[in-house]
Amino acid sequence: MQQQFDASKLGMWLFLATEILLFGVLFVGFGLSQGRWPEEFKQAHHHLDRVLGAFNTVVLLFSSFTMVMAVNSASRSKRKATINYLIVTILCAIAFLVVKYFEYSHKIHEGLLPGQYFTYLASTDPMAKGNSVFFGFYFMMTGLHGFHIFAGVVVLCLLLKETIKGKYNAAYYTPVDLVGLYWHIVDLIWIYLFPLLYLIG
Amino acid sequence: MQATHHDSHHHQHHGEHAHHPHDGFKQYLAVLGALLVLTMITVGASYLDFGAANIVIAVLIATVKASLVALFFMHLKDDNPVNAMILVSCFLFLGLLLTFCLLDIDTRVDESPTGKTPISAQGPPSLGREQTSTDAAPKPRPGWIDTHGGGGHGDGSSAAPAPAGQPQHAPAH
Amino acid sequence: MADILTSPHAGADVHHGKEIDYIEAKKGIWSWMSTVDHKRLGLMYFWAVVANFIVGGIFALLVRITLLTGNHGDNYFINAETYNRFFTLHGIVMVFLVIIPSVPAALGNFVLPLMLGAKDVAFPRMNLASFWIYIVGWTMAITAICLGMVDTGWTFYTPYSSTTNGPVSLMALAAFTLGFSSIFTGINFIATVHKLRAPGMGWFDMPLFVWSIYSTSLIQVLATPVVGITLVLLTIERAWGIGVFDASKGGDPVLFQHFFWFYSHPAVYIMILPGMAIISEIIPTFSAKTMFGYKAVAYSSVAIALIGFLVWGHHMFPSGQSQLASLVFSFLTFLVAIPSGIKVFNWLATMWRGNIAMDTPMVWAVSFLLLFTIGGLTGIFLGSLSTDIHLHDTYFVVAHFHYVMMGGTITAFLGGVHYWWPKMFGRMYNEGPAKIAAYLYFIGFNVLFLSQFVMGSNGMPRRYYNYLPEFQPWHIASTVGSWIIAAGLFLALGNLLASLRKPKDAPDNPWKGTTLEWQTQSPPIEHNFHDQPVLHRAPYDYRTPVSVDREIH
Ligand code: HEM
Ligand SMILES: [Cu+2]
Repeated sequence: MQQQFDASKLGMWLFLATEILLFGVLFVGFGLSQGRWPEEFKQAHHHLDRVLGAFNTVVLLFSSFTMVMAVNSASRSKRKATINYLIVTILCAIAFLVVKYFEYSHKIHEGLLPGQYFTYLASTDPMAKGNSVFFGFYFMMTGLHGFHIFAGVVVLCLLLKETIKGKYNAAYYTPVDLVGLYWHIVDLIWIYLFPLLYLIG
Repeated sequence: MQATHHDSHHHQHHGEHAHHPHDGFKQYLAVLGALLVLTMITVGASYLDFGAANIVIAVLIATVKASLVALFFMHLKDDNPVNAMILVSCFLFLGLLLTFCLLDIDTRVDESPTGKTPISAQGPPSLGREQTSTDAAPKPRPGWIDTHGGGGHGDGSSAAPAPAGQPQHAPAH
Repeated sequence: MADILTSPHAGADVHHGKEIDYIEAKKGIWSWMSTVDHKRLGLMYFWAVVANFIVGGIFALLVRITLLTGNHGDNYFINAETYNRFFTLHGIVMVFLVIIPSVPAALGNFVLPLMLGAKDVAFPRMNLASFWIYIVGWTMAITAICLGMVDTGWTFYTPYSSTTNGPVSLMALAAFTLGFSSIFTGINFIATVHKLRAPGMGWFDMPLFVWSIYSTSLIQVLATPVVGITLVLLTIERAWGIGVFDASKGGDPVLFQHFFWFYSHPAVYIMILPGMAIISEIIPTFSAKTMFGYKAVAYSSVAIALIGFLVWGHHMFPSGQSQLASLVFSFLTFLVAIPSGIKVFNWLATMWRGNIAMDTPMVWAVSFLLLFTIGGLTGIFLGSLSTDIHLHDTYFVVAHFHYVMMGGTITAFLGGVHYWWPKMFGRMYNEGPAKIAAYLYFIGFNVLFLSQFVMGSNGMPRRYYNYLPEFQPWHIASTVGSWIIAAGLFLALGNLLASLRKPKDAPDNPWKGTTLEWQTQSPPIEHNFHDQPVLHRAPYDYRTPVSVDREIH
């Protein structure tokens, strides 16, 4: 049993490694482009709402806390507490997505979609290219991240269902633990995304 | 062997929770508090301008936060060190990718007849636009590419998929 | 070999006829499609790889036939665009659908848990999922072929790939999907090696096959996501023009090459390490000698995996990459040759004064040594900055990577198939035709690719449809070589298939191997071993005469 638990954990960590690298490449690309278009990136990032960004950061950090408490409760066979913590986590995730939705629709409205849809600045404007590249990264990175949050919600709901059925207890709570790890990684990535995109640009 | 080694870790870890049910909660709450404070600090710092150090400060604070999450929420603190190694090696690999890309991009030299200056020395803001203007009016390919001996090897671009006539990268790179 | 394996029942049942093996354990198509048995999954990958190899091979033959002449008029039966598509599909099918899954997913799945004395891999259900992800990726790739094919080359270089017509996005996503399949296989193998080694088997008691596959898996996990996201970026570039790789939109096409080769140079080690894995098994077995320098070979696998991450820029010397970066990459490239060299010398030293039996697997292994050495050494030419400026994008490169990928990995794969065939299917094949096939392959291979070294150093560029008349003799030789090799491969395949009609006559340990997979029945029972085997002896220990083992048996 312990053997299986350790193996699953190792497997999960390896999977998380691939997730980090997946995002990491985008970070590297972002950093290199930032070096190339510093003024443009600075200008572009003013379009991001740092209050909403900070709000979402707090929401995610809090959800990480509730998640770890869910794991903790499961490991002590506290089914009720696990259920409650999982529900709060899911609600936080949904709140995050809702805020993201408003942010996105605002940007789209302003014509800040990247590439051929970038209409905020005239294509003759010398700043247009760098701005568009910034939003290319912005939408790629937050989009991929948002997708991970969404996937997280789905998985958390499944987990909730099983927990309600009473599947997990101190002797066996591997899935709760693994989903917890996943959720923290999604949070960890946002910890980097937020300052780089919203604060520094 | 290895298995026994981390077995002990785990038993210790879970045992702890069983005996002091509130320890976990308090500790996690403290971590959450620290994370929130650090978030406030980054937001605060971003209102001050440290110039180029801005990004360094932001990444440093983010790394402290990430470490807190990894050590406490993800239990790396008392988990099998192999898992921590996996996490750290990810960052090392990304560092590698970034370093080599920077090594290339920051030392590219404009090989065209008009200039032998490192592109990065032309000043950052103009860099991009310089590049753009080169795209608009392609310069001849750098001279050393043409030193190919044999016949028919005019196309020196890397692994150009089509025989001829497809767009090339900006030669000034 | 009861002294390797102390389990109360070991050998007890073997003499009383065979037990129901994993192939017969369950019946019906569904039992295969939903199987979580690593052996059955290995078998399914195996057949998928064989089928894809035939497809990729047909494209290759078509490319070679096109190049019989170098001055095609407008109505040549294969026109220039079609030709571009043929070599692209050849490359994509061979790289992503054949070589990458060939050894790890097909043979690795089958053998690795057996070698560790485990019942299965660490995550059997994930193993099944990887297989189906592979099939999904495969379907996407085939759909892309049917929809009109792709002409970007297997490297998908921007800006050509972001502007050309054809289902490039679908193909890129297919490669992405296949990448995830190989990531999951990698994760599975790493966890298996860490957690499921037989009692008594420390890290340095693992067979070298396991070491190599382990290193391969590390690269798969660390490198594949990079190319995955790069291909997604390419797809989005094509769909919405976000411009990350497009200079006219503020991006950098050379960045694509960086990202691509950050994966794809390590990926060439994803391809060759498993080949080396097989060779490290065959050579000691057929030399009946302990592996020379076991630890050096084990560590060199890991070293190759790690150093392999530092050299990707050698594919980009003339791309516009800075000269300083090129210099550094060129220097580092020389380093990676060291661990490869260590392996070759250790294999040779293992054979030296060994009791060499030239059975079919050994013929393939020796071919591997010759071909891989040529491929590796020409890699050094290409890794030297100054020579590569001349040789880049010529047939010299084409010959180099065929010597390592086909001469290396495919040769080793075929050797491995002949080595483990009795274990997988429980039948011995006919030695005569098998050896003839191996020799035909070896001869054909050299005719096919040695001529390409000559052409390449004389300046024949790769991926060209027309060429100067002076190259024609070499091209003709090359095409004839492709026919010889095809003949050899068909003979090998036919011979193996013919053996399937025979009764299951293979002994448990036909080659007198010392690793654990030979300690169970051929083909193995569903759960591999009756009891958990315990290891008491290092791998490749031939000091105890085999006859003694037999007696105890
Ligand atoms: C001693 C080790 C090796 C060295 C130093 C080496 C070096 C090189 C260099 C410098 C190139 C780039 C040539 C150019 O495009 O101008 C190259 C291309 C290539 N190598 Fe190797 N190589 C080695 C081993 C391998 C192995 C083991 C494999 C695969 C199993 C491999 C597969 C390839 C492939 C596929 C290409 C061409 C990629 C393309 O442009 O389509 N190489 N090699
Ligand atoms: Cu390479």
